[in-house]
Amino acid sequence: MLTHNQLRQGSRVEIDGAPWIIVAADFVKPGKGQAFTKIKIKNLIDGRVIERTFKSSETVAKADVVDSEMQYLYSDGEFWHFMDPNSCEQVALTDIQVGDALQWLKEQSNYQVTLWKNKAIAVVAPQFVTLTITQCEPGVKGDTVSGANKPAVLETGATVKVPLFVNEGERIRVDTRTGEYVERAK
Amino acid sequence: MADTPQAWRPVATPAILRQRAHLLHQVRNFFWQRGVMEVETPQLLPGVAPELHQDPIACQCGFLSTSPETAMKRLLAAGCGPVYQICRSFRAGEQGVLHNPEFTILEWYQPGWSYRDLMIEVESLLWTVLECAGWLARGGKRTRAECWHYREAFRHFAGVDPFTDSVALLRAACQGKSTAGVRSERQIDPLPEGLDRQDLLDLLLLQQVEPGLKKRSGPVFLLDFPPEAAAMARIDPGPPAVAQRFELYMEGVELANGYQELTDPVEQQHRLLHTNQQRQQTGKQPLPIDERFLHALAHGLPTCAGVAVGLDRLIMLALGANQIQEVMAFPWDPL
Repeated sequence: MLTHNQLRQGSRVEIDGAPWIIVAADFVKPGKGQAFTKIKIKNLIDGRVIERTFKSSETVAKADVVDSEMQYLYSDGEFWHFMDPNSCEQVALTDIQVGDALQWLKEQSNYQVTLWKNKAIAVVAPQFVTLTITQCEPGVKGDTVSGANKPAVLETGATVKVPLFVNEGERIRVDTRTGEYVERAK
Repeated sequence: MADTPQAWRPVATPAILRQRAHLLHQVRNFFWQRGVMEVETPQLLPGVAPELHQDPIACQCGFLSTSPETAMKRLLAAGCGPVYQICRSFRAGEQGVLHNPEFTILEWYQPGWSYRDLMIEVESLLWTVLECAGWLARGGKRTRAECWHYREAFRHFAGVDPFTDSVALLRAACQGKSTAGVRSERQIDPLPEGLDRQDLLDLLLLQQVEPGLKKRSGPVFLLDFPPEAAAMARIDPGPPAVAQRFELYMEGVELANGYQELTDPVEQQHRLLHTNQQRQQTGKQPLPIDERFLHALAHGLPTCAGVAVGLDRLIMLALGANQIQEVMAFPWDPL
């Protein structure tokens, strides 16, 4: 169980029989009055976002979720298939469940799959991924300081802004939280 | 919480800390000019004045002070005259953009004054700090503080009468179903479990009244609270009976809480014992009462008004910061 001041951004809680992740938490209290914690939570299954308010003496159940490192195998267009490399067990997720991780999925790479009551419900990409540029304008030699950039399409289909000196066929590191270019991969 | 090699750095920048020091100097100067004596009282206390919704941090030999109120009233009873203190206070579990478990409080008492007299001087202090911080130069306008009676404010912003409406009506208002025609998008549904009348009023204050006060252009006093929310304020028997208590708001932020101080030792003891009972009923520890404070009241506390100001919040507003941590060198950050 989580007490009200353990309700923090990123904590996963079970409310109304469903798993949620806290996207914002706000402690409010009149100086002499009752304290409340207002949380904004996102449903880990259908992505719905709602708000809830708790009194300081209330507790909230932790969601029974486990994060497990899994390899992305393939998509059949309807489901995205992952495999636990230890047990070789496979799980399938819908595009809604894969969510924002979709644009960073590369076959044979590892991702964090969230299991709730042993069912896969969500995928999170590693914070940094290294991917090959499949399409972009030719590079401008020597221009490493101007700060100007151009769009580049990656092997996963994602488009990121890259500096002018970067070329098609090169591998780059991308921050998946911001979708921004970090550096050329060595 | 995972620590990073950068976590040693102060949160407030050196420039902010310099401005903070300047404002603290101005506050002390304000009191020096008025002949109010600066005092220091212990932050480590063997006994306290229990509050239902404030939990002290316990340590081996007592408690860290949640407010210097009882010690300063002992000074008043001893004939110290007008006094103020700037010190740290500690409240367990209070952490958010407007809360830090350890914070700087300004506590101020004026013997012979009414709470209405004190409100005028609190407003002067507010403008002294805001002007000094360049708040006016940044486009803020100096306007006279508005006074909203607690009852009026709840009628206007939340559509309920906090003195007479039933618990069912207050619940409905929290859920955005006010019958008085006040439409609110700020509904809370479902409501937390087990809210009593005063909890519901606190929730309405946070959800509906404070956002309303935030839209007023200048400072706002909220005053004359329900007797149940008197804490250490004198109750005017009325009718209707009201607690002679005020709070100062600026930009919707609660900055100060003041009282016509309760001087009756019997009534005071009764309230402290009652608070401890309420603590037990809600599953909290009763707290050892500061008997010396009660003895000081029995000796004779002069008629006086007193106020506590959240200095971090005042400095935050004056400097245009968005959370109090921005004006603190090292806000609470457990390893």
